[in-house]
Amino acid sequence: MSDLNDIAVVGAGPAGGNAALVAAQSGARVVMLDEQPAPGGQVWRGKTASILLAPVTPETTAGNGLRSALSESAATHLADTRVWDILRNGDHWSLQILRNGATEQITCRSLILATGAREYVQPIPGWTTPGVIGLAGATSLFKQTLSLPGKRTVVSGTGPLVFFVASEIRRLGGEVAAVITPNTRADWARATPSMIGQPKLLARGALWMADLILARVPILWGHAVSEVEGRDHVTGIKTINLKRGVAGLSFATDSLCLGNGLIAQIEAAQMLGAAIRYDPSLGGWVPVADPDGATKVDGLYLCGDGCGIRGAAAAALQGTLAGARAARDLGFSAPSPPVRPWQRAERFGRAMTALSIPHADAHALTTQDTIVCRCESLSRRDISTEITTGATSTNAVKSGKRAGMGPCGGKYCQTAIAALIAEQTDKSTSDVPPPTPRPPLRPVPLGQAAGDFDYDDLPIPKPAPL
Amino acid sequence: MTTGPTYEIAIIGGGIMGCATALRVAAGGMSAIVLDQGDLGQGASGVNAGTLSLQIKRVKLMPYALKGHHCWEEMGDTVGFAKTGGYTLAFNAREAEMLHERQTLKSNAGAPIEFVSNNQLRAAEPNLTHKVEAASFCPEDGYANSSLTGQYYRGKLRDAGIPYREGCAVTAIDQGDGFTLTTPQGPIRANRILLAAGAWLKPLAALLDVDLPVNARVNTVSVTERLQPLMSSVIGHATGLLTMKQKANGTVLIGGGWQGRGTPQDGRGTVDADTVRPNLALAQYAVPALSAARVTRSWTGFEANVPDFYPLAGALPGVPDAFVLGCVRGGYTIGPYISQLMGDHILGREPEMPLFDPGRDFEKDTI
Repeated sequence: MSDLNDIAVVGAGPAGGNAALVAAQSGARVVMLDEQPAPGGQVWRGKTASILLAPVTPETTAGNGLRSALSESAATHLADTRVWDILRNGDHWSLQILRNGATEQITCRSLILATGAREYVQPIPGWTTPGVIGLAGATSLFKQTLSLPGKRTVVSGTGPLVFFVASEIRRLGGEVAAVITPNTRADWARATPSMIGQPKLLARGALWMADLILARVPILWGHAVSEVEGRDHVTGIKTINLKRGVAGLSFATDSLCLGNGLIAQIEAAQMLGAAIRYDPSLGGWVPVADPDGATKVDGLYLCGDGCGIRGAAAAALQGTLAGARAARDLGFSAPSPPVRPWQRAERFGRAMTALSIPHADAHALTTQDTIVCRCESLSRRDISTEITTGATSTNAVKSGKRAGMGPCGGKYCQTAIAALIAEQTDKSTSDVPPPTPRPPLRPVPLGQAAGDFDYDDLPIPKPAPL
Repeated sequence: MTTGPTYEIAIIGGGIMGCATALRVAAGGMSAIVLDQGDLGQGASGVNAGTLSLQIKRVKLMPYALKGHHCWEEMGDTVGFAKTGGYTLAFNAREAEMLHERQTLKSNAGAPIEFVSNNQLRAAEPNLTHKVEAASFCPEDGYANSSLTGQYYRGKLRDAGIPYREGCAVTAIDQGDGFTLTTPQGPIRANRILLAAGAWLKPLAALLDVDLPVNARVNTVSVTERLQPLMSSVIGHATGLLTMKQKANGTVLIGGGWQGRGTPQDGRGTVDADTVRPNLALAQYAVPALSAARVTRSWTGFEANVPDFYPLAGALPGVPDAFVLGCVRGGYTIGPYISQLMGDHILGREPEMPLFDPGRDFEKDTI
């Protein structure tokens, strides 16, 4: 593993998988690293062997296409592999990876990050009760194991994902108690012009809606879940009509899927020196990269949702652009794919992201006693007090209260905390960047990070001056 | 051109030394303002491992370190102070010899350090490895939570009515009828200035055409997730390559001066996996049960020093009414105390202990 690769690709979703494919086709020596057992990422996630006979979705088909192309490709795929640190060493990159319970080092001349997205859940009273699951998290359950979140589920959140999740629950035999979305029908009408260019996706959305309407599933437009009931497990939820600010219907349920859009996973790009900017229509803070993935950092390329939430279709196209660009920059003869198809896909993706970002008043749903940082059990009141007493950056709140110092490293809480800082200090959200990212990119067991160790080999420097 | 008040002193650098000196001069009646390029206490003051150990202090700085320990003890819970006692370990004969030689000198300098038997050590710290060759103990040792530095001094400055500006980098200093500092938040006028910018002292002094021979070490610290109790005191290593303590919340903080990369001028430092890994391995060697603990973060901080590794504390050479404070080896421990001395000097009072002339010859040990 110590041999120098031409290109390492981090992530094997639609973006990373296609980047690895096109780069390997150009003759470059490519290694692709991914945490999952099979390529496909979150959206094109593969099914476990036990359910291969389950009904096929367009995601399964697209994922199977990618998986089969990769299996025939010269690109090396390291599955079940966690990248925990990346560092520039002279003319190449060194990646610390965790595989089979031990740290190995991989080196490459150029690096393509396709780190994808995570979901944002706006904290509301009771959101940490067992039985509450993320909207995107629920799709992972469906795709990989055909599991359902419960017997009777309320599905709540923004953008198209809420309708996809509700229709999937029904298709897999579950009951949907209600669909609750902060978006209004007018929001969707405004987004329609951007959707015309992707008729297949538009048609699928129409099918999800038709299914829910025929099944008489209540759909509450312009509403949000305001409270989760139940002590040890979800027993019901309350809603609020966002426009009128009054309580809406309540529902008995044993589970709740809750999500407020996706956030780009930018920590690795940030750590390597990529500049970041704030763009709500791409999900918030995103690294600066060209359409073909090139950045101002030598040998660093970015593609897919990790550099802005544009959806799987755009990610796949940008993966090809970035893989080809990285290969060409190293002197391999790779094609120069047209940018137009990506631009069309990104227009649709941005429109969906705009529908998915948290509602302007969403943080009003986070009451003073609601847990905001779940690793450290910090309430909104804890965070707000720290801001009132002078902590006006995410780093300062992190230092003062440990919000972001738990195992999640701030991935759950920082969006909500930045919104609170902006609100309380009269700043724009674009003036409240996320805290300084720190390695490891994911928690690593100390013994596995340290590796084999012979005490006598310990490099002992000159002792400190007496 | 300039508007706003003229302060009696502008302090550039909002770490421990800048803030604590501001508090001292303000208590003496001087109007002060504190400026920081980032947030208060986010440099070395806020990212160091928080170790308060007399066993790793320089012999000649021991009187200052003893006073520093008292300052931290007085700050108490607000800075997460804990006096746990600390063990320094030697794992082979060579290290044991070094430990005896060095700790004897430190003990003679006033640190209450004693040598302990393996049985005493095992009774106190049952999760330690049995491969210990020799160990010393100091009951004065412990730690504070460096993450709380910014929060603590923000509150103290506010209570004392001392203004501070965050995100306020000084990009030019004009002399003549006092000092005029150029900042992104407008010009700031002051009759005196104190440079207390840690690892950024060199570029800052260069604005006044003074060349301070300041270098920066890039120290790395790592922390685990919360764990069941594994150790109750601060654990160090005879070579200084390991400092370790378990906080009240269960996380274990691991340092030891392993070097990352980067320079203050480039911005922040970078963790180097090739130096973090032996640091973690040494921690696991000392406490084998750490093997399964997940590391959640590693980071670096810049520790400023000059060639003789003694502080800069006094008048800035060649610039009347300008002062400098920094490069204190063991600066987290000694910072609050030496800032009191610095404040007294600026107020025209005789400090309780001598300061360290920034104009000295750094190649000679003249301290």
